[in-house]
Amino acid sequence: MTKKNQKELIKIITTILLLLLISIISIEMKIKLILYIITYLIVGYQVIKKAIKNIFSGQIFDENFLMSLATIGAFITGEYLEAVLVMLLYQIGELFQSYAVGKSRRSISELMDIRPDYANIEENGKIVKVNPEEVKIGTKIIIKPGEKIPLDGIVEDGESLLDTKALTGESIPRRVKENDIVLSGFINKTGILTVKVTKEFSSSTASKILDLVENASNKKAKAENFITKFARYYTPIVVALALCLAFLPPLLIKEATLLECIKRSMTFLVISCPCALVISVPLGFFGGIGGASRQGILIKGSNYLETLSKTNTIVFDKTGTLTEGRFQVVKIKPTINIADKSSEKKILEIASLAESYSSHPIALAIKEKYKHNPDKKRIQDIKELAGKGISGKVDGKQVYVGNDTLLLEKNIKVSTTNEIGTIIYIAEESNCLGYIVIADKIKDNAKETLTTLKQNNQIENTVMLTGDKKEIAEKIAKEVGIDKVYSQLLPQEKVEKLEDILKNQPENKKVAFVGDGMNDAPVLTRADIGIAMGALGTDAAIEAADIVIMDDDISKIKDAIYISKKTLRIVKQNIYFAIGVKIFFLILGALGIANMMEAVFADVGVSVIAILNSMRTLKISKSNHLK
Amino acid sequence: MKKILNLENLDCASCASKMESAIKKLDGVKEVSVNFILQKIKLEVDEERYDTILIEIKKICKKIEPDCKILDK
Repeated sequence: MTKKNQKELIKIITTILLLLLISIISIEMKIKLILYIITYLIVGYQVIKKAIKNIFSGQIFDENFLMSLATIGAFITGEYLEAVLVMLLYQIGELFQSYAVGKSRRSISELMDIRPDYANIEENGKIVKVNPEEVKIGTKIIIKPGEKIPLDGIVEDGESLLDTKALTGESIPRRVKENDIVLSGFINKTGILTVKVTKEFSSSTASKILDLVENASNKKAKAENFITKFARYYTPIVVALALCLAFLPPLLIKEATLLECIKRSMTFLVISCPCALVISVPLGFFGGIGGASRQGILIKGSNYLETLSKTNTIVFDKTGTLTEGRFQVVKIKPTINIADKSSEKKILEIASLAESYSSHPIALAIKEKYKHNPDKKRIQDIKELAGKGISGKVDGKQVYVGNDTLLLEKNIKVSTTNEIGTIIYIAEESNCLGYIVIADKIKDNAKETLTTLKQNNQIENTVMLTGDKKEIAEKIAKEVGIDKVYSQLLPQEKVEKLEDILKNQPENKKVAFVGDGMNDAPVLTRADIGIAMGALGTDAAIEAADIVIMDDDISKIKDAIYISKKTLRIVKQNIYFAIGVKIFFLILGALGIANMMEAVFADVGVSVIAILNSMRTLKISKSNHLK
Repeated sequence: MKKILNLENLDCASCASKMESAIKKLDGVKEVSVNFILQKIKLEVDEERYDTILIEIKKICKKIEPDCKILDK
């Protein structure tokens, strides 16, 4: 609670106590009136002061003016208790509203708590704290356990575990050692790190991300623009109606008194304040964007959140999106007659020993799978045969590691296979021991994600665009459950295909494109929504996309769609609820059924409820996703 | 020149948009956005005129929401 809120609370409590006192003691009417006026001034002084000020600065019809007019009117007609109660209720409502806004502001800034406050640098053997904005590229900074990494850089010394949750949403800490890149916003958990700064503060990751999230509210969703337009027409209409309500009935109907009609008209005006909409709608969007950023999903504007919720077609890039984007050993297959566990191990061992001097992507994949450092004493006479493979001696025996051409050349029998990927055969002396399949591995959760997208997120079509060969593309599509595949595409053809898809879309259904942002920037821009994956640290992808997923976890696409739908639902609830309640009370007020106190509820009460509802967008999480 | 001003006690969302349109009309202000949720004013202004603009902005804020203060000097 802020100081201002506390002051208001004290005033409210004093007012309640005074009102109780007045109703208990039996005193003369004159003294009672004086006490009522004192109580009224305690609770309402600020409102009246603001109202008078606003009149002088030319803003007449605001809440303060209406409340002052209504309550002073009640005093004049002798309803002292009602006058004080209305003002009291209004102040309680305002307090609640301010408290709720403050609370959501705090939750939002907690979400964005990645801004580093200081950097440690060494000066004359002493560690001093400096403003990260003043640190220049190339400076060595020291990060102790528990501290935030203030600037992007490369580890010069030390080893540690880093908490990357605030940036990526990933809860498993990342291990870093010398020469690894670290990004600002990560939290150092265990060891002391010395980092050489590679980027200035303003272009460091933490600053860029904060900038994105903070500016997201500048790109307004249709629902937000609707509110602005709505307020523009709504206020004059309501004021006109109120004037009619005050002066028409006394002229037309005999029994209607001017006083009663003015009272009704003022009730009408109090109800009409559009505050609930003006606060809760942007707050809802902001909450959705903030909550998403906590999970490593950056949404660049509420308009994108809105478009995403209307998506029915998702177009995927293959490499790096549905697949890991690097070569991996996906299978080791020993020749049938010698198949057993140890031979699988033997094949891999021979292959990685033979490839130990090579830095070809295939060699790297084999060595990565083998995990141990190849013992180079065991190998001799290694020869690289371009386009074929490697020959050499392992433990004194002649081995060949390469494609079928190599083995056939050496008169070794090869059993052909229709596996998809790059096939590496391993032969020892004159026997083919088996083969290793190397391919770009499909991401573990790709299939599951596509299933959920269809079942829970109402995605109707999934499409894959790739430059890769037809067989590979179709196999992957089948495995993960993609509906349509376009393969062997050149980059510009990807844009053409996407345009075809966009043409055939129904009016209000949108198309999202998911890529890794490496060479698909034109497609990212062309789609209704461009989603870049694995973008942490790559500025180009962050620039080109509308939604950025910080790590390469494909399941976050379903999380993003879920958040967008849920946020839009909450925003719409607020719009319908607020307008509905207002119209209902406006009618009651016009008919003289709702009094001033109910009017105050319809004004501030609805605001508070709508704000509380908006705050739910902050808490949309993965855990209730499966429901 | 880009500048960010932090606000305090900005309690009313429609005041924020009123402030925004009033500041937009000031001479030398190229771009402005008042963020109600973060209580921040983002500005792009002529550097030489910044001091006078800041005084004007303070006046506008005070006029539209009397409790609202700019925290930066």
